[in-house]
Amino acid sequence: MDEFEPQIIAFTCNWCTYAAADLAGTSRIHYPANVRIVRVMCSSMVSPMYVLKAFEGGADGVIVAGCNYADCHYIDGPVKCDAMFSRLKRIVHMLGLEDERLRRELISTSEGVIFAQVIREMVEQLKKLGPSPFKTKMEAPV
Amino acid sequence: MEDVKIGVYICHCGLNIAGTVDCSAVAKYAGSLPSVVVSRDYRYMCSDPGQDLIKNDITRLGINRVVVASCSPRMHELTFRNACQEGGLNPYLYEQANIREQCSWVHDDKKVATEKAKDIVRAAVKRVYFHEALEVKEAPVNPNVLVVGGGIAGIQAALDIANGGKKVYLVEREASIGGHMIQFDRTFPTLDCSECILTPKMADVGHHPFIELLAYSEVEEVSGSIGQFKVKVNKKARHIDESKCVGCGVCEQKCPWKVPSEFEMGLGKRGVIYIPFAQAIPNLATVDAEHCVYIQSDGKKCGACIKFCEAEAVTPETLLNQSDQIVELEVGSIIVTTGYDQFDPSVISQYGYGKYDNVLTGLQFERMTCAAGPTGGKIVLNSGKEPESVAIVHCVGSRDQNYHEYCSRVCCMYGLKYAHLIKELANAEVYEFYIDMRCFGEGYEEFYKRLSEEGVNFIRGKVAKVTDRAISDEEKGKLMVVTEDTLLGKMIRVPVDMVILCAALEARSDADKVASLFTLNRRADGFFLERHVKLDPVATPTDGVFIAGCCEGPKDIPDTVAQASAAAAKALSLISKGTITLESAIANVDETKCLGCGRCEEICTFHAPKVVSKNGVMVSSINETLCKGCGACAVVCPTGAMSIRHFTQEEIAAQVGALTELS
Repeated sequence: MDEFEPQIIAFTCNWCTYAAADLAGTSRIHYPANVRIVRVMCSSMVSPMYVLKAFEGGADGVIVAGCNYADCHYIDGPVKCDAMFSRLKRIVHMLGLEDERLRRELISTSEGVIFAQVIREMVEQLKKLGPSPFKTKMEAPV
Repeated sequence: MEDVKIGVYICHCGLNIAGTVDCSAVAKYAGSLPSVVVSRDYRYMCSDPGQDLIKNDITRLGINRVVVASCSPRMHELTFRNACQEGGLNPYLYEQANIREQCSWVHDDKKVATEKAKDIVRAAVKRVYFHEALEVKEAPVNPNVLVVGGGIAGIQAALDIANGGKKVYLVEREASIGGHMIQFDRTFPTLDCSECILTPKMADVGHHPFIELLAYSEVEEVSGSIGQFKVKVNKKARHIDESKCVGCGVCEQKCPWKVPSEFEMGLGKRGVIYIPFAQAIPNLATVDAEHCVYIQSDGKKCGACIKFCEAEAVTPETLLNQSDQIVELEVGSIIVTTGYDQFDPSVISQYGYGKYDNVLTGLQFERMTCAAGPTGGKIVLNSGKEPESVAIVHCVGSRDQNYHEYCSRVCCMYGLKYAHLIKELANAEVYEFYIDMRCFGEGYEEFYKRLSEEGVNFIRGKVAKVTDRAISDEEKGKLMVVTEDTLLGKMIRVPVDMVILCAALEARSDADKVASLFTLNRRADGFFLERHVKLDPVATPTDGVFIAGCCEGPKDIPDTVAQASAAAAKALSLISKGTITLESAIANVDETKCLGCGRCEEICTFHAPKVVSKNGVMVSSINETLCKGCGACAVVCPTGAMSIRHFTQEEIAAQVGALTELS
């Protein structure tokens, strides 16, 4: 059997983390192909519903990433995102998903290296953790 | 709704994408997706023939949604939106799939990258299905410009704009404009005097009809956005009557209290009431309230300046009762030119700065060689004697992973300039300790060659330490510079009388505050980040805010001036156009779902939503010029009434669904 390849959805803000992912590309910093990026304008735009939708669809891990507190294009987006995220974390926990499957990251425009590192780290972690329990549940007839 | 007909275009970007992604396979796959009526791959989609493919398909095949899979939307989204518009399609019916920066450039396995590219394209197709045409609105640009920082960069930018007939507010936090450049004695490699070339420009700023100089002032608050910024500036109290002061300087002469002069880098003293230097613009006295005995004793002691000021500019009233003033400005664009700090070499304790008398920083040496400086232009030791030998240590705090990894770019050249001045003024033996000589500008390499011929000793090696511990008679009373001479391959000790440390240029200690004030980003090295390192070097991620000079990174005067003029041109082009296109992807309320609860109003930083009564029903209403489209309101909306155009729940959910469902 093929090695388990976890699937990660990363919600990234247009101004910082999306740009950091672009910079990783421009600098040809390689990282595993397990991540799919969804570009949003600000991390405060990420609704818990989007994250839950990703898990529902069978994502093994989700990252919500945006600017550092001082860099936000919208002044205090990361603070608002943090508030959403702490609620979301509880929901995800209640659903029985391991805490490691959901990450909050602050990655600024110049940090392409860090973006690649976070992806590598998370892929590593998720491989140890195995597929999302939702993946198998979804396959069972309801 | 009319039938959705999607056109998908996969760009090869030469081999940038096609090298790792099988573009024709992706195009074939895209063609099989629902609602896709045409799917092509092409060598360069951004080229004219590439864009024509889209335009022709819009006319001939009647496609009404477009997906281009190519580079990052941060690169070419606008290009393809424009192509759609030229083809007769609303530009917001376009979606870009990033298969270069976020796919082909970060993977090397062609199979894996191709599969990932298919996923990305599928998600974009699903998302574009829900895109709606948005109206593009314009707003006027306020023609006034704010320049923050009155060093050479700020001076140049202000003059360029003002000479174009537009109003400039130049804010400088020190008592006079001039910045670091006015502290320099001569400029490399031409050796022309810094003051002589800068003071005419400073004087121009002082009496330019289109420049309003706000010196001894700091920006406190910035709100608004491109075209219509509102700025609050704190004009600090000078404790004199500016309208009466003639800048004669008698008050400073008569002031009995002296403190170390910041301008002279601590080598000289200034009065507590002072004019920082002879050519100060504005030429006004300033009272250092913290050290003023009259102010501190609440008018009971001293008062010499009051007595001797013939112009009656200093009075008990100005000294005791004058307070800071808030000035409110409205501008359309902002140029940040806040400059750099000199690295404090005392943290590298082995170099002995602050411990040994005759170890100086570059800026201190500049003041020493300046005719108007604390030693009257004489290079002297602490004992008053001229040095017989001087060491110049390069890369102090720069090109050093313990401090700053970057090269400060100017130190090699000013180190050479010092060598020349030492030879000329003191005829001393000079040793330059360097890692590499970096002499890249116009006339720089020639200057290096000239200095080699002038008999300067160049020693290649990073200095290990500076010590006064003599191990031979010859070393007694000297400072020993210890280094490995990497060309000889052995450790050497060079006894000298004076050591000059070429300290790095570093980001201002309060750069974080300035960054959050103007919503700038900072690089890992602390300097402000440009929008694009090569192609947009003076713009920032915040529209309407530009950067120039050393706040963006260490650079020499020619580069600083060029950048300042570039920033001025950017500001002028904005004014010249007169309008800006407003963000269309902003919040939108579905009034049939809105309960008027006001959570959107609470969370919004920009005060865009407001709950109002419409036909007796409370609903949220969006002020479209204030909304930035961050989307925080949509997340807190309990009923789903609030959405962000172009980033609606439907759109993002479709994209997320497409990325997960097939796995």
